[in-house]
Amino acid sequence: MSGARANPARPPGPRSLPPVLTGGRLEGLPIILVFFALIGLFIAFAPRVFLRWPIYDSFLVTIPPLLILSLGLTLVIAAGEIDLSFPAVIQFSGFLFAFCSLHLAAPWLGLVAALAGGALVGFVNGVLVAMVGVPSIIITIGTSFFWSGVATVLCGGLSYALSDLENTPIANIFAGTLFFVPAEAWWALGIAVLAWFVLNRHRFGEHLLFIGDSQAVAGVLGINVMRERIKLFTLMGVIAGFASFLLTIQNLNYFATQGQGMLLSALAGVFIGGSSVFGGAATVVGTVFGALIIGMLDAGIVATGVAGFWVEVIVGLVFIVAVVLHIGIENPARLKQLRRRFAARE
Amino acid sequence: MTGQTSRQASPQSSPHRAYTNIVRAEKLSVSFGKVQALTDIDLAIGRNEIVGLIGDNGAGKSTLIKALTGVVRPSAGRLYVRDQPVDLGRYSVRRAHGFRFETVYQEKSLGEKQPLWRNFFAGRQIVNRLGFINVREQRRIANEILQSHLGFRGLGIDANSTVSNLSGGERQGIAIGRAMHFDADLIILDEPTTALAINEVRKVLDFVRWIKESGRAAIYIEHNLAHVHALADRLVVLDRGRIVADIRPHEMDLEELTRFLIALQQPAAGAAA
Repeated sequence: MSGARANPARPPGPRSLPPVLTGGRLEGLPIILVFFALIGLFIAFAPRVFLRWPIYDSFLVTIPPLLILSLGLTLVIAAGEIDLSFPAVIQFSGFLFAFCSLHLAAPWLGLVAALAGGALVGFVNGVLVAMVGVPSIIITIGTSFFWSGVATVLCGGLSYALSDLENTPIANIFAGTLFFVPAEAWWALGIAVLAWFVLNRHRFGEHLLFIGDSQAVAGVLGINVMRERIKLFTLMGVIAGFASFLLTIQNLNYFATQGQGMLLSALAGVFIGGSSVFGGAATVVGTVFGALIIGMLDAGIVATGVAGFWVEVIVGLVFIVAVVLHIGIENPARLKQLRRRFAARE
Repeated sequence: MTGQTSRQASPQSSPHRAYTNIVRAEKLSVSFGKVQALTDIDLAIGRNEIVGLIGDNGAGKSTLIKALTGVVRPSAGRLYVRDQPVDLGRYSVRRAHGFRFETVYQEKSLGEKQPLWRNFFAGRQIVNRLGFINVREQRRIANEILQSHLGFRGLGIDANSTVSNLSGGERQGIAIGRAMHFDADLIILDEPTTALAINEVRKVLDFVRWIKESGRAAIYIEHNLAHVHALADRLVVLDRGRIVADIRPHEMDLEELTRFLIALQQPAAGAAA
C-alpha cells in the first residue's frame, strides 16, 4: 500500500457519476412496483376479498415454503447452477420428519433428520457436479428420481396423519402465530434476511457470484471452486429440507406426493424476481417479491372471478414478460439490437 | 499509472530473508490425463529479473505460469520459492498470494458482472471473524487504488463500476493496480498488450519498467517479440512443453530470434508430413 501514499497532497476527487448510475439503485425496484400494481388490480377487481385481512393471512401461510425454496435457488442460480431435485427433498425429508414424529414420537429429532436428509441429497448433488463434473441440470434430474423413489419405497405410498402434533411446542414455534402473523412468515422473513447477507455481504456469497461469472476466473483468483459448489448444493438441500418440514408441520400431514408441482413455481419466483439466467448476478429482494407474486396469482385470479382455468396462462405471461424485461435491464444493448431488428422489418 | 515513480520495495514488503531466486522450478512436469503439457522444466527467476517467456500457441507458457501460481498442480518435479522448497501437494493460489505472487491476465482475472471493489479483493476479502465482508473498507481502498495508482479519476470509473463496462486497457489497469496494491514481489503478465490501443500498450510497458526499477521480478509472456526483446533481462523459449532456449537479449538480436522461432516449426511440419 506504500504506493497509495505516493501523492498525499491529492484530495479525494468527486465521484464522476451519481450513485444512481453506479449501482446505488434500490434492489429489485421494478418487481416491487409490479407486486404493488398486482395488489392494486386485485383490490380493484375483488375489493371484498382483498380489502380484508384473511386472504393475506392465508398467503402468509401458503407462500413461505415456496419462498424459502426460491431463496435457496437464488444462491444456486447466482453460481450459474440449477437444482431440480428439491421437490424430491420435499418428499424425502418430509417422510423422515413424519416417520420420527409418528413412530418414534420424537418430532424434534424428525426436524434434525429432515435437515440432515436434505443435506445428504444436496451433498451427493454437489459431489457429482463439482468433483465428477456432470452439469447440474442433468444430474439433479437423476438424483430427483432417485430420492423421490427412495421416499416412495420407504413410506410405501402411504400418507401419515400427524394430528397428534397439534398444539405441541414444535407446531406452535413453526406453524403458530406471533404478533398476529403466521410463524411460517417470520421464518421465511428471517431466512430471506440471512440469504441477503450471505449473498451480498459474505465471502461465500461473493465466491458464488464469481463462480457464476466464470469458473476459470474464480479459480485464478484463488477461490476453491470445488469446495464452494459442494457447500452450495448441500446448503440448498438443507434449505429444501427445512421447507419440507414446514410444509408437513403446517398441514399436520405427510403426503407421499408432496412437493410435486413446486418445481416450476419456485424457479419462476427466482426468475420473475430478476436473478440472471446466466449466473453471476442475483437478487434476494427480487426473489422475495417474485415468490410473493407467484404465490398470490393463483388465489388472486380465482378471487377476481376469472375462471380458474386461466391461472396458468396468466402465470406464464407474467413469467415471460418479467424475464424479457430483466434481460433488457441487465443488458440494454441486447434489447436495442432486438428493437433495431424489428424496425428493419417494418 | 501515476505510481510509476520508482520506489524501492518498502521495508515491510520483504519480511523474508535475503534470497537469490524468487521462484525456481526443478524438473517440473504437468500432465492433463495423457497429455504431457510440460516436461522437465528447469527455470529460475532472480529476485529482480524480468524474464520473457516466448513460444508458439500450445507451447506450454500458460500452463507453466499456472503451475508456478498454484492454479494447476504439477505431476512431478520440485518448486522453490525464495530458495525454500514448497510442498506441491498443498500449493494453491492462496499460498501463491501469500508469497506475494500476482498475475495480470487480460481475460481471466476479473469477474465481468462484479463491481471493482469485489474484483480487487476476491479470494482474499477483508472479512470479520464470521466471514462477512467489510464493504466500506474494500470500497475505500478500491477507490484509493483507482485514484493514486491508476489515475482513473475523471473517466467515470469508481469502486462501484462493473468490469463489463471497462475497455481492455482499463481492465489491464485494474489487474495491474491490484498487483501494485498487494505489493507483489513477482508479477506475472500473461500477454498484457494483446488487443490494446497504442497508448494503452505504452502504459503496460511503463509498468514492466516500473517492476524492474522498484526491485521486483516479472515473468512476461508476450507475442510481440519487439516488446519482450527490449524489456526482458532474459528470454526463455518454450516449445511443446520443453525449454529449448534460455538466453540474454544481447546474445541474439530480434531478427535472429525470429528466425530461431520459425526454425522451431520446421521439424514439426516434417514430422507431420
